[in-house]
Amino acid sequence: MSRLPDPRPRPPEELEQLQEVWRQPGGWRLASAVNNTYVGVFYIGTALLFFVLAGILALLLRIQLAVPENDFLSQATYNQVFTMHGTMMMFLFAVPAVEAMGVYLLPNMQAARDLPFPRLSAYAFWAYAVGGLAFFCSLFFGLAPDGGWFMYPPLTSSEHSPGHNTDFWLLGIGFIEISAIAGAIEILVGVLRTRAPGMTLDKLPIYSWAMLVFAVMIVFGFPAVILGTALLEIERSFHWPFFIAEKGGDPLLWQHLFWFFGHPEVYIIFLPAAGFVSMILPTMCGTRLVAHRWVVLALVATGFIAFGVWVHHMFTTGLPKLSLSFFSAASMAVAVPSGIQVFAWIATIAKGRLRLTVPSLFVLGFLAIFTLGGLTGVMVAMVPFDGQTHDTFFVVAHFHYVLIGGMVFPLFAAFYYWAPTASRRALSERLGKWCFGLMFVGFNIAFFPQHVAGLMGMPRRVWTYPAELGWGWINMTSTVGAFILGLGALVFLIDLARNFRPFTGGNAGNVWNAGTLEWLPGGNYATRSIPIVTSLEPLWDQPDLAREVDEGRYYLPGAPTGRRETIVTSAIAAEPQYLMQMPGPGWPAVLAAWFTAAFFLLLTVKLVTPAMVCGVIALALVLRWMWDTDLGPAHPPVDIGGGIVLPVNCSGPMSHSWWAVVVLILVAGAVFASLLFSYFFLWTVSPDVWPAATGQALPGAEWPLAAAALLVLSSALVWWAGRRLEADGHWSVRLGLAAAAVALAAALAAELAGQRATGLSPTDSGYGAVVYMMAALQGLFVATLGIMALYTLARSLAGLLHRHRRATFDNTMLLWHYAVGQGLIALAVVHFGPRVL
Amino acid sequence: SGPQSPLDAGSDEAAGIAILSWVMFAAAGLILVAVLALAAAAARAPAEQPRWATREGWVVAAGLVFPIVMLSALLAWGLSITGGGGGASSPPAAFRIAVAGEQWWWRVTYLGPDGSALFSTANELRLPIGQRVEVDLTSADVIHSFWVPGLAGKLDMIPGHVNTLPLVAGRAGTWRGQCAEYCGGAHALMAFTVTALPAPDFERWMAAQAAPAAEPDNAEGRRGRALFLASGCGACHAVRGTPASGTIGPDLTHVGGRPTIGAGLLPTQRGTLAAWIVDPGHLKPEVRMPPFPVFRGEDLRALAAWLESLR
Repeated sequence: MSRLPDPRPRPPEELEQLQEVWRQPGGWRLASAVNNTYVGVFYIGTALLFFVLAGILALLLRIQLAVPENDFLSQATYNQVFTMHGTMMMFLFAVPAVEAMGVYLLPNMQAARDLPFPRLSAYAFWAYAVGGLAFFCSLFFGLAPDGGWFMYPPLTSSEHSPGHNTDFWLLGIGFIEISAIAGAIEILVGVLRTRAPGMTLDKLPIYSWAMLVFAVMIVFGFPAVILGTALLEIERSFHWPFFIAEKGGDPLLWQHLFWFFGHPEVYIIFLPAAGFVSMILPTMCGTRLVAHRWVVLALVATGFIAFGVWVHHMFTTGLPKLSLSFFSAASMAVAVPSGIQVFAWIATIAKGRLRLTVPSLFVLGFLAIFTLGGLTGVMVAMVPFDGQTHDTFFVVAHFHYVLIGGMVFPLFAAFYYWAPTASRRALSERLGKWCFGLMFVGFNIAFFPQHVAGLMGMPRRVWTYPAELGWGWINMTSTVGAFILGLGALVFLIDLARNFRPFTGGNAGNVWNAGTLEWLPGGNYATRSIPIVTSLEPLWDQPDLAREVDEGRYYLPGAPTGRRETIVTSAIAAEPQYLMQMPGPGWPAVLAAWFTAAFFLLLTVKLVTPAMVCGVIALALVLRWMWDTDLGPAHPPVDIGGGIVLPVNCSGPMSHSWWAVVVLILVAGAVFASLLFSYFFLWTVSPDVWPAATGQALPGAEWPLAAAALLVLSSALVWWAGRRLEADGHWSVRLGLAAAAVALAAALAAELAGQRATGLSPTDSGYGAVVYMMAALQGLFVATLGIMALYTLARSLAGLLHRHRRATFDNTMLLWHYAVGQGLIALAVVHFGPRVL
Repeated sequence: SGPQSPLDAGSDEAAGIAILSWVMFAAAGLILVAVLALAAAAARAPAEQPRWATREGWVVAAGLVFPIVMLSALLAWGLSITGGGGGASSPPAAFRIAVAGEQWWWRVTYLGPDGSALFSTANELRLPIGQRVEVDLTSADVIHSFWVPGLAGKLDMIPGHVNTLPLVAGRAGTWRGQCAEYCGGAHALMAFTVTALPAPDFERWMAAQAAPAAEPDNAEGRRGRALFLASGCGACHAVRGTPASGTIGPDLTHVGGRPTIGAGLLPTQRGTLAAWIVDPGHLKPEVRMPPFPVFRGEDLRALAAWLESLR
């Protein structure tokens, strides 16, 4: 590696070719762009749009509450508006915004040309944008959900909420969850595998660490709510009583599933923001972050502890005291890693010399607001105090301090800080200071008094209150503050309109004298060449680096295979492993997202046939898009400079697609674990509907044994097909896959037949519902794998599958073995559980 | 403070939580000021790096050791304030009250020693001062939460579950309570009152509540009662001592003696009763009681007067 920078002159046509390969599509075709510099900016812009829309809803709520017994909004409208405000801020603004920033920033910060799955990013973005806008529009038809953003059954059951409103939430949020998971897979594999050579884990920017923890938390946190929304929608549509107490369901099951996602969600939003702060402060102070390792440790620790605190949203549900004590302690413990970060930031400020720029101001504002939010967080972690303040405006104040302080202020700092990397002009320092001042003052006037309102007994989610309770003046103050805060946001939009000029091919450059790689000069192709990283702040430590990189003196100074490409590196040591060819602009991923969104939305309003048509089109488009992947060794190995020759593309455990499927399997495993939890939870709560109490016969042992044998056979066939593929025995591969698919489907049929034979129906009880749900989840895998098997067969018949080009087969095989393992566990639980326990 | 403030404590439990609250507010205020002062000092520090800042040691001390010590102490104290009670040392309950949350009112049933219902009322509880009373909380439809901040923390009412909340009022007084878990439609308008009485007054109230409705002592009252019974009001409402025995809505046997109608919405008066009967949905949107515009003029006055007389 020591031969870089390469002092020899570069061929003159090299840069031209690089620019040509990465050229942006013009005009309306811009929508088909897939690389991160475009999709990232679209994504951030859309998240900002939802922030503004949900903020306007908040102002409507504040107008209604400004005076007692107001009638600006009706009760029904208020209930829809507060539900939409919370839902949009959480699902359509906060998570997408931090994910969008990750899509935009990570490749630049890691000097990769793009994230590993550009079309997946585009798909995630478009599904979110189209679906989110349609979801928002439900407000104009009075069809917006009105059960609160937390959607507790039985209020949201078909009995108490018969309209489509709740379905809009469930299906609307359903595909936003899927889009979040797609983004998390992209970010996880991106952080681990597309880094500049030499960027070992100890030289990984803090922000990448934060996004790594963020993505892992999405992978394990979102599945619980995905399962929860699926169960509730199935209960509403088909009357499987998961949450209906009279039939052996339990409303608390929803709360466990929802908050197992819902609390990590807060840190999912906060950790990336903490990452912004840890990147911005060193630049503004002109010094390295103090206690870097402790900050990394704090991020990881937060990720762990965050999964042990969900019950603090349920302190008032009447749980046993012992479990309250445990969750109270865990909830307090999560304050510790936040404390470490706060003091590390203060130490960094002390060590360097802080420039009071707009990003610095937002960071300081964040420190003040977030500290207070953290302190009130410790208060509500105390069970007796929570008993008084839970579901009051005290909690409203607390979490706005944590979320606006902990996420929105750092996000605005990040907008001002990183805008020069995307825009020809930096944003205005003068307008930015106005924006900060108005937002900071407005925020505190709006939300500090809400602590007081809560302590005077004002509950949340009330559309009106009587004058004699004396809450009027507090609410009026709060409303005034909210408008000042809104004015601050308006100043930001004006600043954007005046100064933000993206997609012009140029940017404002390293205006803050920052030390990390996103400030390298470059174009659509990211950086001209990809440097060797030897420290955390390469631009500070190697003053000539920017120039040398731009002159093409480091790795991959052009586009040697004539296509878009980036270097894939090893996960820990960041050693170059292979060159990945990447897709350029294209419509299939974008259109697939539009049709996916249409599928869900049409299903919501029960237009089943058009929905199915859209679903099939979406699926076809996804397959069309996949068809161009798995390129195999399409090009001989390439010299990327520095004497390193890399193979082009790759199959097997080293390939990025293998890693993505492994992450997908973790997601699937987490969904299944949530279902197992639901099974045992309902059993514990309502043993009276389980076979031992009802005398319900279990299927004879021959059924599950037959199903298990078929599952094992199916896995064995896939394994055999894989062996035959090594020998290029094409007809064996095809037959093996087809037979395996038949065996997998037959196993499911055996399980269903066995249950049907006992007369058990999913609508009978919580037991019947959860038993059939196990089969339904397996059915989803049978269908998915059936499609994947057909697709693999098609590739085989088209001559696109052989032993050097087998990623498609490998991915199918991985998921196949997982599905068999899941099916075996489900059989054991459903059949042995009631017999043994 | 205020009629619904947890800091305006009317019981030992609420007082304990209030003390905990004030201590935490003070400590949080001090810590916030200290952190901000530190940040300000850091920002103004001279460029020649103060030594303390360059060390990781104090980051660990301030960010790790200090919070762990503080939080452990706080946790120990917090757990000692039980919140919900139910420990072995608690005195036995004097009696039990069953409260069911319904969209959007409170069905209150006083129970005898054998668990049988003594009488049913709505949207108000009365307690004897200083006696421990256990309230069994259930729900008839969706999740509600029973919260009287002046006396205790809240506890949810969940279908399929019975949660028990002990209450001990420390002094005479009336506290306002309100549903704290969003329960749809008119969640904002689902309040109630709790009144603590000296023991003799409480006994008198119990006896009066257990008795059937008084006979009307004037013509207007008799006309009101006749209209009530003839118009089908008894399909939903019970008035003990009359044929009306509906159980869908609140028992109205002593409705005139309750402080409010519509679950804390309006004071119980002839005028408010009349307005409620004619169009309850205008006062409380989505309320389950249908409007009765058929009552007007003398009829309406008579009906409201009779209900008001049911003390």
